[in-house]
Amino acid sequence: MSAGASPEIDGAVKAQFPLLERSVHGRPIVYLDSAASSQKPTAVLDAMDDYYRTINANVHRGAYEIAAAATEQMEQARTDVARFISAPSADEIVFTKNATEAMNLVARSWGGSNLGPADAIVLTEMEHHANIVPWHILAAERGFEIRWIPITHDGCLDLTDLDRLLDGAKLLSVTAMSNVLGTLNPIGRLAAAAHEAGALLSVDASQYVPHLPTDVGELGADFMVFTGHKMCGPTGVGVLWARMELLDAMPPFLGGGEMILDVTKEGFRPNTVPHKFEAGTPPIAEIVGLGAAVRFLEGLGMDAVRAHDVSLTGYALRTLTDRHGDDITVHGPSEPAQRGGVLSFVYRDVHPHDISQVLDQSGVCVRAGHHCAKPLMRCLGVSATTRASLYVYNDTSDIDSLTEALDEVGALFGH
Amino acid sequence: MAGLEDLYREIILDHYRNPRNRGELECPPAHRSEGFNPLCGDEVVLTFEMDGDVVTDLRVGGYGCSISQASASMMSAAVIGKTIDEIRDLTRSFKAMMSIHEESIGGDGSEALDGSGTGDSGSSTDGALRLGDLEALRGVVKFPVRIKCATLGWNALATGIDETVAAG
Repeated sequence: MSAGASPEIDGAVKAQFPLLERSVHGRPIVYLDSAASSQKPTAVLDAMDDYYRTINANVHRGAYEIAAAATEQMEQARTDVARFISAPSADEIVFTKNATEAMNLVARSWGGSNLGPADAIVLTEMEHHANIVPWHILAAERGFEIRWIPITHDGCLDLTDLDRLLDGAKLLSVTAMSNVLGTLNPIGRLAAAAHEAGALLSVDASQYVPHLPTDVGELGADFMVFTGHKMCGPTGVGVLWARMELLDAMPPFLGGGEMILDVTKEGFRPNTVPHKFEAGTPPIAEIVGLGAAVRFLEGLGMDAVRAHDVSLTGYALRTLTDRHGDDITVHGPSEPAQRGGVLSFVYRDVHPHDISQVLDQSGVCVRAGHHCAKPLMRCLGVSATTRASLYVYNDTSDIDSLTEALDEVGALFGH
Repeated sequence: MAGLEDLYREIILDHYRNPRNRGELECPPAHRSEGFNPLCGDEVVLTFEMDGDVVTDLRVGGYGCSISQASASMMSAAVIGKTIDEIRDLTRSFKAMMSIHEESIGGDGSEALDGSGTGDSGSSTDGALRLGDLEALRGVVKFPVRIKCATLGWNALATGIDETVAAG
């Protein structure tokens, strides 16, 4: 992580993302859907291309030159990712398919051996389905209770009853940053409360790690999951970080090659962490690409990335409100410092599908739907929202394009 | 290139702004059928009354985008007073109009379905004679992700009628 004053993020960053040079429907693309998936810089594309062109071989077996190089590149990425989130050891980094698989790993492996009928876990109403459904599936098998932290009208966690909810619970699993509202949750406070109650803290950091300097020790997390493709990396690779003593005690998740020390007709001995959790040939090129993404973000400086998000989010909140007034309602905290660059909004009574369709004609890419957070949609009293989300390559001109394109929505659907 | 005017025809916007047969009938005697689009959370709730094999009344509830709401509104106007066989026929014609062959989409959809129906499936030609206002929804096939919106109400009605027939 860079110390001191970080250089500002400017147009030179955007120029490193080849896809952003294209146009759609004859208009330059305005990509505002990074909370769903980020674009990829040349550095990441080149790293993956180079890997396939010059190194490609299976890892952790084979003594020949390129097999060793493949292993080295993959393990270098593990080291890079560990450094990026200030993990005490690279061995605590487990590569998965995505954050969803990482959360399923926690549920299946830790939950499957620690949760029973007398137990309870705590989730929040703003979780992504990836941090809900694995627990529903496990609860149906093992019969533990799931409790819910409610949200306030401005899209923050309502912690009034936190101590009561945590009483007797074994786990609190919470998002660090809402993928719908952008809300930054008080992870430090939640960690302290969970640990005080004897519960572990699992953090869905899928939206957090790509956007803020992350230190797992500072957060106080016991488990943390995130995904590569939202942080300038490729799809197909996610990460579970957990404290080594937890990983050591947890049973394997998937069985197969790589995750064993020995196999007999009677049984098997699992490999050491992290390999115990990485059955089968891993997504090597994707892991290499994730390593390149981490180094790319480190080059920008995560303090600068966060400052850019805050500045652009503030500009977006001001501009959208100035131009559209009462026609637009942006969900979530109104103060940019309390949120990330995720803007879910309602425009008049126009359905999000129709909004995104009209914006698309102007080249503006936003997401419409429930954003895999249906319990939250019910709390907000809507079936869907339109969501614009920002990243390092966005600038004020992208926000202006969104603001202007919304005028066309008003013209078409106005009464 | 497919433009917004292909999707949002004036008659569609009219049905969206002034939905016909909006509401809910008391069940029983009315029958009830629901349709969900899990991708966007849209929901349509149909209640309809039957006299013999004729749908004598139908109301549309739920919420959704302009296409799903307009399509359900137009459907309600088209099917009230019709027999089950006529409705099934109409449903087949409508869904034929909404079905596309991969090759007719072509890149950004620019070459597909210029309005003459040349890219459409053959079965829609005679159906088109009877679809009337519903023809306005033809442009939806140029926007493949919206086809599910247009067929949401129709699928719910087909399911509802099948269930009613099966229940005797």
